[in-house]
Amino acid sequence: MAKVPKPSELLPGISYQPPAKGWMDVKPDFRPGTYCNPAAPKWMEWIGYPYPQARSIPDNEWGLPDNWQEIVLQGMEDRLDRFRSLKLFFDICVRCGACADKCHFFLGTGDPKNMPVLRAELLRSVYRRYFKKIGRVLGEIAGARDLSEDVIKEWFFYLYQCTICRRCSLFCPYGIDMAEMTLLGRELLASVGLNIDWAMASVAQCYDKGSHIGATPQAFKDMIDFLAEENERITGITTTPSYNRKGAEVLFVTPSGDYFADPGSFTLMGYLLLFEYIGLDYTFSTYAAEGGNFGWFISHEMGKRLNSKIYAEAKRLGVKWILGGECGHMWRVCNQYMPTYWGEPVNFLEEPVSPITGTRFENAKIHKMVHISEFTADLIKNGKLNLDPQRNAHIKLTFHDSCNTARGMGIFEEPRYIINNVLPEGHFVEMPPNTIREKTFCCGSSSGINASENMELRMQGGLPRANAVRWVYEQYGVNHLGCICALDRATLPTLLEYWVPEMQVTGITEMVGNALIFPDEIERTTDLRDRDLEGFGEAAEEDAEEGE
Amino acid sequence: MKLADLLTQKKSQIVARWINLLYDSYPPETAIFLKKEKDKFDNPIGYGISRGLNGLFETLVQEMEREQILAALDEVIRIRALQDCSPSQALAFIFLLKNIVREELAEELEQQNLMEELQELDARIDGLSLLGFDVYTRRREKLQDMRINEVKNRVSGFLRKSGMSMNDI
Ligand code: SF4
Ligand code: SF4
Repeated sequence: MAKVPKPSELLPGISYQPPAKGWMDVKPDFRPGTYCNPAAPKWMEWIGYPYPQARSIPDNEWGLPDNWQEIVLQGMEDRLDRFRSLKLFFDICVRCGACADKCHFFLGTGDPKNMPVLRAELLRSVYRRYFKKIGRVLGEIAGARDLSEDVIKEWFFYLYQCTICRRCSLFCPYGIDMAEMTLLGRELLASVGLNIDWAMASVAQCYDKGSHIGATPQAFKDMIDFLAEENERITGITTTPSYNRKGAEVLFVTPSGDYFADPGSFTLMGYLLLFEYIGLDYTFSTYAAEGGNFGWFISHEMGKRLNSKIYAEAKRLGVKWILGGECGHMWRVCNQYMPTYWGEPVNFLEEPVSPITGTRFENAKIHKMVHISEFTADLIKNGKLNLDPQRNAHIKLTFHDSCNTARGMGIFEEPRYIINNVLPEGHFVEMPPNTIREKTFCCGSSSGINASENMELRMQGGLPRANAVRWVYEQYGVNHLGCICALDRATLPTLLEYWVPEMQVTGITEMVGNALIFPDEIERTTDLRDRDLEGFGEAAEEDAEEGE
Repeated sequence: MKLADLLTQKKSQIVARWINLLYDSYPPETAIFLKKEKDKFDNPIGYGISRGLNGLFETLVQEMEREQILAALDEVIRIRALQDCSPSQALAFIFLLKNIVREELAEELEQQNLMEELQELDARIDGLSLLGFDVYTRRREKLQDMRINEVKNRVSGFLRKSGMSMNDI
């Protein structure tokens, strides 16, 4: 007869017997809620990815091709050759541990293998075994191990528990970039048929139909037209988006989250109002209808395939430069990879110049694409926008720096400058310094892992972010979390629903849309979400009556 | 002296032990980190656990509203509900307090006749655990709801366009 356990025996660590097992011996625990489902074969077939097959994680049979080891090792060799950085990152880590406690997945799950140094070791141990003499000879003693099925499963588990956020690299004295290693590791997984369904489905839909959500060009246009009508209903201003218009000065590209899902759609309403206000000569493209790029989360090759639509459209339409909406990973791709992906200088575009202020965006000289926050901050700085911050008086905001725009490309001041100009004084509160700007904590759901089956993992990965948000909520009564990333707008509401349900998420251009004063507008009584404004319309009348 | 007074007097030692015991249920490398890192933003699990257990201890020595007790439980359980696979593992920490109190107050319990009050405390800890199951279930249900809501949210703009609300689907 089995004995009934004592409470202390139910908690594994309390009866923990040293010595601890070496990290190589601890197998990942594929508990439901902690991993993403493997990709359905259909999606892989759509985009011609190898070894499509129905797979199930709990089954021990993952259906790897017979020569999978050969494929992975050959792939590793190729990449060591192509990316000097990879070889360098493998060789120079001194295991100082400075990165160990900097990853939100370690901080939220408490799983030591989510320490970046150990995440890297998952790959590095195989590199040592097959590509370093000492590893070949000494094996485990030299931190080397055979590439077994267990190892590949471990890669699948932990490389999809890294959101490529690069927080760890900020603290590494050598600047070792785990994100680059994760990306290349995911490529190796894809080369033997291992992909996650949520990212793969988005990629296939984008490749086939034009957006991650699978919206057709017609649906894309209908949705934006609808948001223009909404603008007219609320503000009385007719906004006139155009589509595929040749000869427009600017091509505007934004992620599908901005036109298909709330609260992103309110941000899109803000874009339309802003462009109308300044009379920007711009066009949407139903072909480059997706600014986001889940392809990059699978492989550079797929990232390139999806990204190439943007320049191709810019070229076909004959625009001068590209303006991009509020997105995070889209910016990392456009800012850091797009010209390389394209393969030749982007000479058919001009160095972006704001037609309203004449400001030359020298930072976009190479890739010819400007972020909406840079563009808007410049408009405000030059006094081109008439803004009424009181229309955002119901919003008390804190700002989440998205990893990709903040750490990835250094956009810290522009959104803050806009925020301070569209909110009444005292309505913007920063989270603690170790959780913002370059040290920002990731939303925990980026890099293609915002599926629903891994919700428990996402809530753990997002805990450090939510913990800081909760603090400003409790201390200062902050009620909105602002961001300039569409993935954040999709995933932060869910994160907050779990940890800080009192808070709402908003894009920054949505608040610009609220605050913009058009000469011929109707009286505004609500914001773009149909929420009553404080001190306007009925609310103002009631206040006045009370005052009498 | 009454047990409640003793508990209040020794609160910091008792709660510190309770916290450390819970930290020890994590892998050793993690436990070291949770104990060492004092910044609440760099150590959110540690912060949640210590805030939660301090609050929970208060519910045992003071009279509190049911909602306050549930909130105190929720501080820790919302973390454990994500990290442990079974409710028994997620809630085991509550029972640990019984032993800690006996060990921390061993002398006093021996010298003074506090058996009855100790039994009363045990019963309250049991009660706390039962409420813990409610909180745990709520959290697990919440995760399920979030899964469903998020799927709907992905097309929420489209639903708005079609004149439908989230409840219509
Ligand atoms: S890149 Fe981000 S998610 Fe990945 S290991 Fe580093 S800190 Fe963690
Ligand atoms: S901080 Fe850099 S060198 Fe130190 S363990 Fe981490 S990756 Fe290695």
